[in-house]
Amino acid sequence: MSPKTPAPAVRPHVAPSPHIAAKENVTHIMLWVVAALAPTAIWGVWNMGLVAVVLLVSCIGSSMATEWVWNRLAGRPQSLIDGSALVTGLLLALALPPRTPWWMGVAGGIVAIGLAKMLFGGLGWNLFNPALVGRAFLSVSWMGVLADVRPFPGGWYEALDVPAVAGHDAITGATRLAIASADRAAGGAYGVDLADHYAPLLLRNLEGSLGEVSGLLLIAGGVLLIAKRIIDWRIPAGYIGTVALLSWAFGSDPIFNVLAGGVLLGAFFMATDYVTSPMTPTGRLIFGCGCGLFNVVARFFGPMPEATTFAILFMNGLVPLIDRGLRPRTYGWVSRRG
Amino acid sequence: MSRRAFRGGIHPPDRKDATSGLAIERAPVPPSLTVPMSQHLGAPCAPLVARGDRVRRGQVIGDVEAMVSAPVHSPVDGEVAEVTDVLLASGTRVLAVRITPDEVQDLDRFEPLAAAGDERARVRASGVVGLGGAAFPSAVKLSPPKDMAVTTVILNGCECEPFLTCDHRAMVESPARVVAGGRAIAGIVGAGRVVVGVEANKPDAAEALRAYAGDGVEVLVLPTRYPQGAEKQLIQAVLGAEVPHGKLPAATGALVHNVSTAVAIADALEHGRPLMERVVTVTGRVERPGNYLALLGTPVSALIEHAGGVTAGAGRVIAGGPMTGMALADLDVPVVKGTSGVVVLSAEETAPAVIGDQPCIRCSRCSQACPMGLEPFALGIYANRSDWEATERYHALDCIECGCCSFVCPTRRPLVQLIRRAKQSLLERGAPL
Repeated sequence: MSPKTPAPAVRPHVAPSPHIAAKENVTHIMLWVVAALAPTAIWGVWNMGLVAVVLLVSCIGSSMATEWVWNRLAGRPQSLIDGSALVTGLLLALALPPRTPWWMGVAGGIVAIGLAKMLFGGLGWNLFNPALVGRAFLSVSWMGVLADVRPFPGGWYEALDVPAVAGHDAITGATRLAIASADRAAGGAYGVDLADHYAPLLLRNLEGSLGEVSGLLLIAGGVLLIAKRIIDWRIPAGYIGTVALLSWAFGSDPIFNVLAGGVLLGAFFMATDYVTSPMTPTGRLIFGCGCGLFNVVARFFGPMPEATTFAILFMNGLVPLIDRGLRPRTYGWVSRRG
Repeated sequence: MSRRAFRGGIHPPDRKDATSGLAIERAPVPPSLTVPMSQHLGAPCAPLVARGDRVRRGQVIGDVEAMVSAPVHSPVDGEVAEVTDVLLASGTRVLAVRITPDEVQDLDRFEPLAAAGDERARVRASGVVGLGGAAFPSAVKLSPPKDMAVTTVILNGCECEPFLTCDHRAMVESPARVVAGGRAIAGIVGAGRVVVGVEANKPDAAEALRAYAGDGVEVLVLPTRYPQGAEKQLIQAVLGAEVPHGKLPAATGALVHNVSTAVAIADALEHGRPLMERVVTVTGRVERPGNYLALLGTPVSALIEHAGGVTAGAGRVIAGGPMTGMALADLDVPVVKGTSGVVVLSAEETAPAVIGDQPCIRCSRCSQACPMGLEPFALGIYANRSDWEATERYHALDCIECGCCSFVCPTRRPLVQLIRRAKQSLLERGAPL
């Protein structure tokens, strides 16, 4: 061998290119979503008291525990570090009314993670939004409980007064959307002025799910995620725009219809779930508009005014079709298909 | 500023400040040079010298009768110590001539190329290859198919890889040579127009070139975005046209050469100068970063030593840029014609190692970043399943391996590697590239 030049003090580490990567990883993304939802959750706890804490803990705890146990039983590496189970649990809690008993929160988390996510193969493989599957499961199983949105004015003291399921259907409260719906059905006989509801829906709304406590905070969180380029503006824009336009076309108040019924939570945080939304910008716009269309149609013509859950789940099912139809054109190819 | 931008791309931190203002400086003659017989794409050369032979600087020491190849010249006056197998940065082993240089060297002097033959023949004889990193023999590119007319020569001064500044310095220090090379290339292929594409982060280079522009030569400032300097993306940005799948760039009327290659071609044609050395940006975790003019065959370790050695925390040494370069396992590999840089990174600066299969969360960052309009997430999933037909349907063979998809992936899926595997399998099964 020839004389070697003196080796520098480095033991090189070898790996394939690229040798550098963007800082952002999946955990960062999930934590940004949590950060965007945190003000809403905190404001909900502030106004609704311990019941909100119980709901948050039961949903988040059971979601994370389900994922841990599933991975354990399946012999798969643990995945809680990616933060997605935390987001699912948080979204589930925010999509439920604060009176939801803790054991229903637990059941929702188990269904969301176990049935909608892990059974499909874990993060990235599920077709439907896990939190919404969990909510849908609860809403068809205990319809009366989820419809009970009587507020908790006493907050902390009533916290332990968790309603029993039996006989619940009789005492349901009414959401602002249900009031509007009844008024519309009666041809405006109740004389409800929807504009009166703007301020409470934006700032402090106790008649609805936990996440509906303040539309303003949801919008702020959504704008934060758009600014951080974590979510694509096209989904919420398509969703909210379609809801506003169609409800106006159907002769209702567009602003009220955007603020009520969980549209903001759905548009900014549920429909934008990466796994269950389309991969192309155009696809996302179509997807957002589709969510808005089915939401409004169900709201005005269906039996349930709160149709957000099912509108998004329905569009989730169309995502593979949307993606197949809108594949990007490869550079140098004339048509989209090879 | 061109508005016909390519799609996708990324903005990695460019990290060029350490060396972009430093003039090119000659690295010392190392005690031993290892000159590989294959420093280019195409047929390897056969050594024309044997152990104990005296060689002169500029003398041909390796050549082969093949269309796609480039001869190799001795960078120094010296004696052949041995002809042996050596490891290259790419991990392949090739035949190389090891030369012990004489004590006294006159690097201003060299054996000039024979003046015989036309310009293409002289470029071939000079051993010039694409100096941007691809190392494709330049003379081959100067002979486009008869049915394709080259109308525009594009000189690639984008240097979009982070850290690298060798082309930047060539443009700042030798703008006249860059333009002369462009004109010479245009003359050979009969093109009426020369466009030098420079990324906006090198305003001094664009300024220097403009002084020599005019009369068919334009300087075009392009947005700073990786991979602006990839051939197909550059053509798209300059001409607004795409190279059709499976066709040569000449199908768009374009011929792309790197700016440093243009300088080497001008030197070969005007001064009969063969390619014996190149500028290498040595940067990152080294004591004295710089743009060093290194003799071909200089061990990377000697170059790092000349740069003052590595600093604390050095963990990975890359030949080339961090997006497409090769990590070196052995620092004694020689500098070759395609070695544009030696980048030393710390473990914290490198992409984190990922163990096991990470999930795709369908965030679509990869397909949005892909400058070729591919869907890397899908290619990765199909490659993992060894479903090669599907990877072909998703145009795996169009991948330029720029690394944008792997760079942006938030779960760090090794997308480029998976696509490379798909391409390899498809080529082995006889797919046309």
